[in-house]
Amino acid sequence: MISVPVTHILFVSFALFFIGAYGFFTRRNMITMLMAVELMLNAVNINFIAFNRYLYPGQLEGLFFSIFIITIAAAEAAVAIAIIINIYRRFKTIDSDDIDSLKF
Amino acid sequence: MEGYSYIIWILILPLLTFLVTGLGSRKISPTLAGIIGTTSMGICALLSIYTAGSYFGYYSNGVYPSLKVFDLPWLSFTENLSIHLGMVLDPISVMMLVVVTLVSFMVHLYSIGYLHGESRGGVYFSYLSLFSFSMLGLVVSTNLFQMYIFWELVGVSSFLLIGYYFTKPSAVAASKKAFIVTRFADFGFLVGILIMGYVGGSFEFDAIISRLTNPESPEFLTATGAGFLGISLLTWSLVLIFMGGAGKSAMFPLHIWLPDAMEGPTPVSALIHAATMVVAGVFLVARLFPVFFQVPVALDLVAWVGALSALFAAIIACTQTDIKRILAYSTMSQIGYMMFGLGVSGMGEAGLGYMGSMFHLFTHAMFKALLFLGAGAVIHYVHSNEVSDMGALRKKMPVTGLLFLLACLSISGIPPFSGFFSKEEILTAALMKNPVVYGIGLFTAGLTAFYMFRLYYLIFWHNKPYHDKPSPLPRKKEAPLTMMVPMILLGFATLVSGFFPFNNFVTSDGKPLEITFHADLSAIAIGVSLTGIALASVFYLRPGPWPDKIATALGGFFTTVYRKFYIDEIYTLVAKKFIIGTVSPVANWFDRNVVDGLMNFTGTVMGVFSDSIKVWQSGKIHGYLLWFFAGSMIVLILMFIL
Amino acid sequence: MNLTLLVLVPVITLAGILLVKNKGGARTVALIGSVVQLGFSLLLLFMYGTERKSGNSTDFLFETKQVWFEQWNIHYHTGVDGISVAMILLTSFVVLAGVLVSWNVEKLSREFFFLLVFLGTGAYGFFISLDLFTMFFFFELAVIPKYLLIAIWGSGRKEYSAMKLALMLMGGSSLVLAGIFGLYYYTGVYGNGSTFNLIEIAEAGIPLEIQSFLFPLMFIGFAVLSAMFPFHTWAPDGHSSAPTAASMFLAGISMKLGGYGCLRLAANLFPEAAAEYSFYIILLSITGIVYGAVVTLFQKDIKLMNAYSSVSHCGFVLLGIGMMTKTAATGAVLQMISHGVMTALFFAVIGMVYERTHTRIGSQMGGLLKVMPFIGTLFFIAGLTSLGLPGFSGFVAEMTVFVGSFQVPGLFYKAATVLACASIVVTAVYILRAAGVTLMGPLKEEHATLTDAAWNEKAAGAVLVFCIVVMGSAPWWLSDLIQASIPGSFEPLIILPH
Repeated sequence: MISVPVTHILFVSFALFFIGAYGFFTRRNMITMLMAVELMLNAVNINFIAFNRYLYPGQLEGLFFSIFIITIAAAEAAVAIAIIINIYRRFKTIDSDDIDSLKF
Repeated sequence: MEGYSYIIWILILPLLTFLVTGLGSRKISPTLAGIIGTTSMGICALLSIYTAGSYFGYYSNGVYPSLKVFDLPWLSFTENLSIHLGMVLDPISVMMLVVVTLVSFMVHLYSIGYLHGESRGGVYFSYLSLFSFSMLGLVVSTNLFQMYIFWELVGVSSFLLIGYYFTKPSAVAASKKAFIVTRFADFGFLVGILIMGYVGGSFEFDAIISRLTNPESPEFLTATGAGFLGISLLTWSLVLIFMGGAGKSAMFPLHIWLPDAMEGPTPVSALIHAATMVVAGVFLVARLFPVFFQVPVALDLVAWVGALSALFAAIIACTQTDIKRILAYSTMSQIGYMMFGLGVSGMGEAGLGYMGSMFHLFTHAMFKALLFLGAGAVIHYVHSNEVSDMGALRKKMPVTGLLFLLACLSISGIPPFSGFFSKEEILTAALMKNPVVYGIGLFTAGLTAFYMFRLYYLIFWHNKPYHDKPSPLPRKKEAPLTMMVPMILLGFATLVSGFFPFNNFVTSDGKPLEITFHADLSAIAIGVSLTGIALASVFYLRPGPWPDKIATALGGFFTTVYRKFYIDEIYTLVAKKFIIGTVSPVANWFDRNVVDGLMNFTGTVMGVFSDSIKVWQSGKIHGYLLWFFAGSMIVLILMFIL
Repeated sequence: MNLTLLVLVPVITLAGILLVKNKGGARTVALIGSVVQLGFSLLLLFMYGTERKSGNSTDFLFETKQVWFEQWNIHYHTGVDGISVAMILLTSFVVLAGVLVSWNVEKLSREFFFLLVFLGTGAYGFFISLDLFTMFFFFELAVIPKYLLIAIWGSGRKEYSAMKLALMLMGGSSLVLAGIFGLYYYTGVYGNGSTFNLIEIAEAGIPLEIQSFLFPLMFIGFAVLSAMFPFHTWAPDGHSSAPTAASMFLAGISMKLGGYGCLRLAANLFPEAAAEYSFYIILLSITGIVYGAVVTLFQKDIKLMNAYSSVSHCGFVLLGIGMMTKTAATGAVLQMISHGVMTALFFAVIGMVYERTHTRIGSQMGGLLKVMPFIGTLFFIAGLTSLGLPGFSGFVAEMTVFVGSFQVPGLFYKAATVLACASIVVTAVYILRAAGVTLMGPLKEEHATLTDAAWNEKAAGAVLVFCIVVMGSAPWWLSDLIQASIPGSFEPLIILPH
């Protein structure tokens, strides 16, 4: 059954993580940034599952963790979108460069 | 000793009276307060006289011992240094008890009439009781610190009473001046006490005296051995203690408060600034006399300060025109006599000066109180302190005039009045020890006679058109009975107290002292005094051109004397101009700008620093992200390198 | 007696103030709370005396110890000796008087009383603690409410003053905290394990070189609170802006936390270092005494005058501690108590006068004794206590410091004592000047209709005057109470080499 080596999966998650990071750094739109964060979280999830499967097949901690992360990601998305909506109401934009009131 | 335990009431009664009249001053009428005060002081006077009778009577055949009737620990500092509150009976304290309670009683009685109609009379009587309590506590002190405690308390009662007319700016200024000048002197006293406690290992008078008069005792050796600026600690201590005494007794150059203190009600001047409080300095020196005797330098200082003050004050008194100020300077002059009497005295057989000084203290209290009360009666009648507003009052107030004359004769040293005897002994003692001081004393005696009779004539003779004053004087002639009775009693005391065999009772070592009468010396002294009186009669019996002519002839000297040698101005210059006017604003500026500036500067530096780094907090999320990323990379790289 | 009661009563009072809704209720609760607390303080004094009489000679009585934080060896550890009993008494009297004086506070009165009692709670906790951590905890509790009291209810440049006071005191606290952690660490190195326990630290035997860098942290940290020169400048600003009761608490209680800390923590835990540094302590405190007095001379505002005179008077506390003798240290504690009561009374009186005349500049008043004899008498009593008149508490305290200091051999110590004595002359000058311009002299027309003290003001004055007079006329019990508890590291006086 084990035909896909772990490096393939790690490559996918690695790519996914840095796509997310790249998006997070370059995009100015907050929704996109949020999506980029989700990508990074999912990259982590994949890593957890993969390592759990390949290193400690008898244990379930990795699965647990990824379920936690999915839950947190959902909550985080809800909170973040709420914040973004409020920002939109206040600033009429969701471009992160235009929102710099929180400073000295 | 148990036999004397009742004397605690001499202290308790005035204290109770103070509390009752003070706390209830708005509930009870001034007259009632006066009656309460007078009664309690009368009881104290009776108790004191009884004590004196039994004390001097019981030990009449031997040495008068020093009895510690009470001695209760009040505050202990170390094992051997503590403040005890106690009562000691020895010749001088018994004598002072009698003097203080008697004069205080007279003054209380007199004040009932003098303050009739004053709304704040209750407060006045409570202050008087406070003063009496403090003064009595002072004279029975067993302990240097106890004396300091009551010393301060008499100071504050004096402050309160001088400032009794507190809406009058001059009274306020005078009361502050009196307190601050004596406080400055008390600073010396306090340091003296501290040194005394350090070298003597005790604050108790008997311990100090027995240790420091014994040249073999370890305390004496340390006290005279260790020194500061080449002067032994014992000398320092005594000189500083004397500074306290000089301040309280208005000795030159700490006398400036006494003339101003005359702003207080006249009975107060009689009690505090003539008869009792101002002699506290003399009492202090007398109390420590055995120790002073061991240190000739200190004793000489006492003699010279006393003699110079006597002369200095007498010269000023000749030029003043305020009736109470003249009396104040004469008080200062007479206390100068007491001081140099102590300063020229020896111990034991040679203790004539000591005895004379105490005798003079006693007689002076009587006749000076009489002079002040008489002056009070005159002021009460004329409503002015200036002698120019008086004159020819002998017709209006014959009894007062007679009593005043009697007191003037006494202070001038004319026999058979009391002042003659006491002054005579001081002068004799001075001649034996120090002829220069004797000369000063003799000359001062002449001046005393001159200015006292000048005062007497200006008030009671010297027909001047005082009727021309816009408001004619009231018809009422003599003072009311409550004022006359004390004056008459004091007049009687002035007449007879000179014949009191003082040498049998109050001496430096408690043993009776043999005195010999020197007719030649007496004749000289009387002659000098009579000359003074004669001169005064020529100049002032009637209005004449002579006084003004002499004043003009003396020119600058007269002005200098009239302005009291500019001593006040010098003090003002130092205190007001220099300390309050210069040092303290500079210190304030320094505090606000340098010390506080330093604190604010710390704050400013922090502000500038945070200003310079706050731009990092741009608010741009991508900026933060970049920093974050860069930071993470640096950490990573560092991890790999290290 | 369970000492926790002393913290519990104020806490219950606080809860009560929160529960009642109106102003009248809040002040009544505060008053009842402070009266009960005073009762407990007196009871503590009584029980302490009984216990000592029955022969209990341990350093601290009524000790209780509860684990608070196991890993770090933090305990809620309480116990009292004579010094703390005296300080607790002082605190409860001042709190009671402060509550009475603020009876008619209009603005946010519930919050005001809450903060007052809160400050008191911190002080009580500080005085009963024997564990440095809990002590520090309570210490901070007592520092923070002052910021709010001044910033909200103050006058003048109140935000500036409140900020300055809070920052300077916090700066002091941070030094203290550093010192406490230093102690914690070094007791681990030199003692039997890291501890915050005061008694164990005192026995740990920390070597001199460690002491001599921990001591300045601790001493300066607390001395800032006690207004030591040159860290005193928060005092004039803070006092002149603070509302009356806050000034009373600030000078009457907070400044005493500093003095107590200097004695109990700094000088007691680092005796050798304290002796090493005594020259500098004395130098700074004598500078504070003389310089404070001279600056006070300049002040026209009577509240500022009293604030500066506090700098001068608190110098005596530090001088007494710096002299490192039993008598002088007793004097220092006596001075803390005396100054606490006296200055609380003074600030209360100044507040009363200000409420009526709406000015604090002396020269704008005059003859007030005529219209307000009661307040005027209180003013005189406070002033005369301040200048050390016998019969009032100031005299007892100052004389004990002087006698204790003068017995230390060495010209420097004697010169310092003489300078300190000289300051009482200056004190007399500024006190009498202030009394002269405000109370005496001709009465200003616009002040002719002013009223005398109301019942609450009379009660507050009476409470404090009672303390002053009792302490001033019967000082032996208090002095003995304190002297017996001065730590042994304070040498009993060296008697002359006979």
